[in-house]
Amino acid sequence: MVTHLVFWGLAVVAVLAGVAVFVVNSMARASYSLALSFIAVGLQLLLLQQLYVGVLVILMMVMEMAIMAVYMNMFMGMNPAMMSMNMVHGARHALPVSVGVFLLLAAGALFAPWPSRRGSPPADVTAALGMELMGPKMLAMAGVGVVMAATIVSGVVLAAHRTRYDRFGDDLRRPRPADPQPGGVGR
Amino acid sequence: MTVQTVLLVAAALISVGLYGTLSQQVVVMVMMGLELMLNGLILAVAGLWWFCAPDPSGQVLLLVILAAMTVEMAMGFAVATSLHRIRRSDLTDTATDLSG
Repeated sequence: MVTHLVFWGLAVVAVLAGVAVFVVNSMARASYSLALSFIAVGLQLLLLQQLYVGVLVILMMVMEMAIMAVYMNMFMGMNPAMMSMNMVHGARHALPVSVGVFLLLAAGALFAPWPSRRGSPPADVTAALGMELMGPKMLAMAGVGVVMAATIVSGVVLAAHRTRYDRFGDDLRRPRPADPQPGGVGR
Repeated sequence: MTVQTVLLVAAALISVGLYGTLSQQVVVMVMMGLELMLNGLILAVAGLWWFCAPDPSGQVLLLVILAAMTVEMAMGFAVATSLHRIRRSDLTDTATDLSG
């Protein structure tokens, strides 16, 4: 009973905080609303015995939203004085589409013949996940690792202000780098 | 707490995220909508795992979704930074170069 109450309380917090993301008048508040939504879902994961993933979601998303709040204050010039923040386009279509998707998904969730549970959860879910990752599912983690490395490189390339192509030309054959400020050895 | 109720909450999160993704003009707010959709997806997968097939291998899918979320966020920030640097803008309407 207590578990049910806690679950529904967290569900209400998660959804309302999610709605608040697009309603509040400040980017920072939107970030922290999203963080609150993630924390509620992370706690729901803990109720579902997903201890490792639940804690991971909470820690990762709190840090991510803190970075996002700083980022938005740095780059997003709008709304420094907490003025009305109506930055939507196509809301006339977005609202019915999202309501329709909700009704469709809710109908599927409520009326689909979900199978009864097959098997029983391992005694130590986190240890079982670790053994799985270090054993038969290592390829999945190796793949994720490669994707993460590619993401780091791509992110730096996209976000970098000046790269070697700006300095040495597209074919990298420029004898002297085109720097705004001359200097350095031999330049 | 049943599989239906968990999926119902997940559906609500996904729908709210979809509204944000479709309606917001600022790139970072669009990213927030996508994050909210992935948030709902995580809850749905966790609920299905627990109530239908609590096998350890199912949790690996959750980690893959979390990785996808991280990639989305990192690349989104990089694109928004690049957009801001080149066009002095943070709006999706000014970045329609690849629109069909």
